[in-house]
Amino acid sequence: MNAPILSRRSFTKAMGGIVLAFSLNPAELLAQAEAARLPGSLQTNRRLDGWLRINADGTATVFTGKVELGQGILTALKQIAAEELDMPLNRLSIISGDTDATPNEGQTAGSQSIENSGTALRMAGAEVRAMLIDLAAAKLGVAADTLKVVNGVISAADGRKVSYGELAAQTDLKREATAKVKPKDPASYRIVGQSEPRIDIPAKVAGGAAYVQDMRPAGMVHGRVVRPPRYGSTLESVDETAVKSLPGVIAVVRDGSFLGVIAEREEQAVKAREALAKAAKWKLGPELPDPANIHAHLKSLPNTESIIGVKQATVLASASNKTLEATYTKPYLAHGSIGPSCALAELKDGKLSVWTHSQGVFPLRAELTSILKMPAANIRCIHVEGSGCYGQNGADDVALDAALLARAAGGRPVRLQWMRDDEFAWEPYGAAMSMSARASLDADNKIADWHYELWSNTHSMRPQSTKGANVLAAWSLAEPQPHGPPQGIPQPAGGGDRNSVPLYDFPNQKIVHHFIPEMPIRVSALRTLGAYANVFAMESFMDEMAALANADPVAFRLAHMKDPRAKAVIEKVAAMASWRPGETGSLSRGRGIGFSKYKNLACYVACVAEVEVDRTSGKVRVSQVWSAVDSGLVINPDGLKSQIEGGIIQSASWTLHEQVRFDRNGITSRDWASYPIMTMPEVPKIAIELINRPTERALGAGEGSQGPAVAAIANAVAHATGKRLRDLPLDARRVKTAIG
Amino acid sequence: MAINLKVNGASHSVPAEPDTPLLYVLRNDLALNGAKFGCGLAQCGSCTVLVDGKAVRSCVTPIGSLGSAEITTIEGLGTPDKPHALQKAFINEQAVQCGYCINGMIMSAKELLDRKPNATEGEVKEALAGNLCRCGTHGRIVSAVLRAARDMGGTVGGNIGGRT
Repeated sequence: MNAPILSRRSFTKAMGGIVLAFSLNPAELLAQAEAARLPGSLQTNRRLDGWLRINADGTATVFTGKVELGQGILTALKQIAAEELDMPLNRLSIISGDTDATPNEGQTAGSQSIENSGTALRMAGAEVRAMLIDLAAAKLGVAADTLKVVNGVISAADGRKVSYGELAAQTDLKREATAKVKPKDPASYRIVGQSEPRIDIPAKVAGGAAYVQDMRPAGMVHGRVVRPPRYGSTLESVDETAVKSLPGVIAVVRDGSFLGVIAEREEQAVKAREALAKAAKWKLGPELPDPANIHAHLKSLPNTESIIGVKQATVLASASNKTLEATYTKPYLAHGSIGPSCALAELKDGKLSVWTHSQGVFPLRAELTSILKMPAANIRCIHVEGSGCYGQNGADDVALDAALLARAAGGRPVRLQWMRDDEFAWEPYGAAMSMSARASLDADNKIADWHYELWSNTHSMRPQSTKGANVLAAWSLAEPQPHGPPQGIPQPAGGGDRNSVPLYDFPNQKIVHHFIPEMPIRVSALRTLGAYANVFAMESFMDEMAALANADPVAFRLAHMKDPRAKAVIEKVAAMASWRPGETGSLSRGRGIGFSKYKNLACYVACVAEVEVDRTSGKVRVSQVWSAVDSGLVINPDGLKSQIEGGIIQSASWTLHEQVRFDRNGITSRDWASYPIMTMPEVPKIAIELINRPTERALGAGEGSQGPAVAAIANAVAHATGKRLRDLPLDARRVKTAIG
Repeated sequence: MAINLKVNGASHSVPAEPDTPLLYVLRNDLALNGAKFGCGLAQCGSCTVLVDGKAVRSCVTPIGSLGSAEITTIEGLGTPDKPHALQKAFINEQAVQCGYCINGMIMSAKELLDRKPNATEGEVKEALAGNLCRCGTHGRIVSAVLRAARDMGGTVGGNIGGRT
């Protein structure tokens, strides 16, 4: 094992074999409470050798608990480490998301990797570089501050040199970081701030092994699972005989109501799955709610209220005709990964290895530990990239499925890729939400009070996020695990209430979050959590209030905004789009603006969208989107633009096309025909400008543009049609009904 | 039973039934990673390969229907060391986020540029209309295809693939 000291396995050895979950080790928790607070993920992964290793050949190895999801994070993290170490990028390799090898950084989610892992690597890199310089100073017999470092070679004033590789053996990183070494001044950056090409792209365009789907170890067999017609169904009976006699079938696996099959060849597994589905008899679970009344139904369920963001000031009451009230809705949305989820599992000599595209290998291992009743020391979860996930898709579910099948594969590795309908019908969706807003204008036509309520299920049912099991198969085993209890995410980040507290400066405001525990339809984290819906509702309502005030939407926003960075992106995007106050819309052209500071903690993004509406069909086309972005210090400008651009397009697709379809009998969105997304000819032109702030903290941006984009599009549709559409998606049928 | 297939210029005998979708044979028997399973329904395009120069969905193409047709996968266009103009253009434009759809994008674009070396932006978008992307990389993908067309000067007629 080449793992650093942080690995769970070596820890349990030290504890005399007592098995404790790594993150729950009380001694460690105590130590953390007493120790100095360290920045970023150093706080929870405190040893330098957990993050960096200097190798004798002059290379360095970077370790991170964050994983590549197609967002380019590994390239950005390498840039940060290379910068602080003063090493060329190509002499760094990076290992990510392996329970035997890397720091435990929980989930790769919430646009926090640059802030958490990036900060840890920046501080650790600076400290390791200082250690190397001290070693060189001792070796060369000169003062450390007379030495210079270029490309991993330390030079004295007299020309003598010593390389990092020569010092590797003496570099003792088996100790806690102090975070006392000041990292570089951003003004001196040479690698950070450059648009370094992504390290993962060459393999992806040439058929290289880039994904867990591409793994093909010797002896590998293929698994498939059979899921019931709808949630909560139980397997009454299944006649396995015919299936077992199909060509290539190795085993039919049944554990309670979990049903799967293993075959020598993939197409044999697919055929066996079809036969097994026909042979299975299910006792159906409860009917789903009526989709026509889903929002009313959700609101009728018991909920807990929390009141947030309250501001109270005495303001002269407004005239009664200067008050507006509106309700908005957002449907269930699917992650819709292009590649169905996949995992490879091998159970050999009592040790389970799972190769997975989970966003959190450590939480997944903890989940598998309790479900499979195996000690964590005997389970290794290793991240291998999958298709983009955009939140919790089927990644963790399929990992458990594969592990269950691996138990019946006689030590052979089982590759299990879900079929398209497995992914669509069983992934945990982004929750449906309702949002109501009420506000009044004062005598100066400014907002005097703001009242906002939202109703939502949870937005995070990830593995080990709570007690109980949060992966699909666990609930239907012969010894079923209970569902983890649904929980919110506290403010200021928030879950369903993410971005529900306005950044605008209103004298009076109150936000009520109705958290609905009961989930008639399975939900969990989808990119931005509640922010997409809240920014849609709030920024739509800002436009409605601006209209009531007879004010221009851009000017109205600026008049209510104090935060200079927020003002800067709004002003910038207005300039980029040549925004003209008072411009009238027509069906062939409407424009709208949307703004948010993601989570009220991360990047500032403003968007202007231009739309065209087809009078006959009601079809909306987003022709162009402009976007201004401030995410503090920019690590990789092109990578940042790519994330913002992707977020805008994905948001446009959600906004114009998407909703998970279902009827009383179950989910009916089971393929791309029943869950259409935006296609190439519809995609808008996009212009992005970055406001780089090198002296500000680098902020996550992967979820920064979805909220502003939906708001800009919805406001543009209202501008074009003169009708305010408050229910998503803004599909042709809805728009046609509105315009008549 | 064994079926003979001609893939990227070489003949292969594969131990599979004639109704086996080509995709599984390419991936599992020939260890070609490029073509991806996305839907198995010919809806998303991530499994796209060329059969006698025409873009087909390998997830619904039975190997028994192929006869002696020339099958070209993305591996047949170029390698990381010697990439095809399209592959180079996708790297230069950084036209990949997760990249799962990119095989299909490149193979559909290959068919288009073989037919229309001077394809316009609109023609590129139409040619890729059946290839779904979820990350929102669309704009860069179109730019990459147009860049490849420019790099190839629109002068290479017929087969511009790596087999020449």
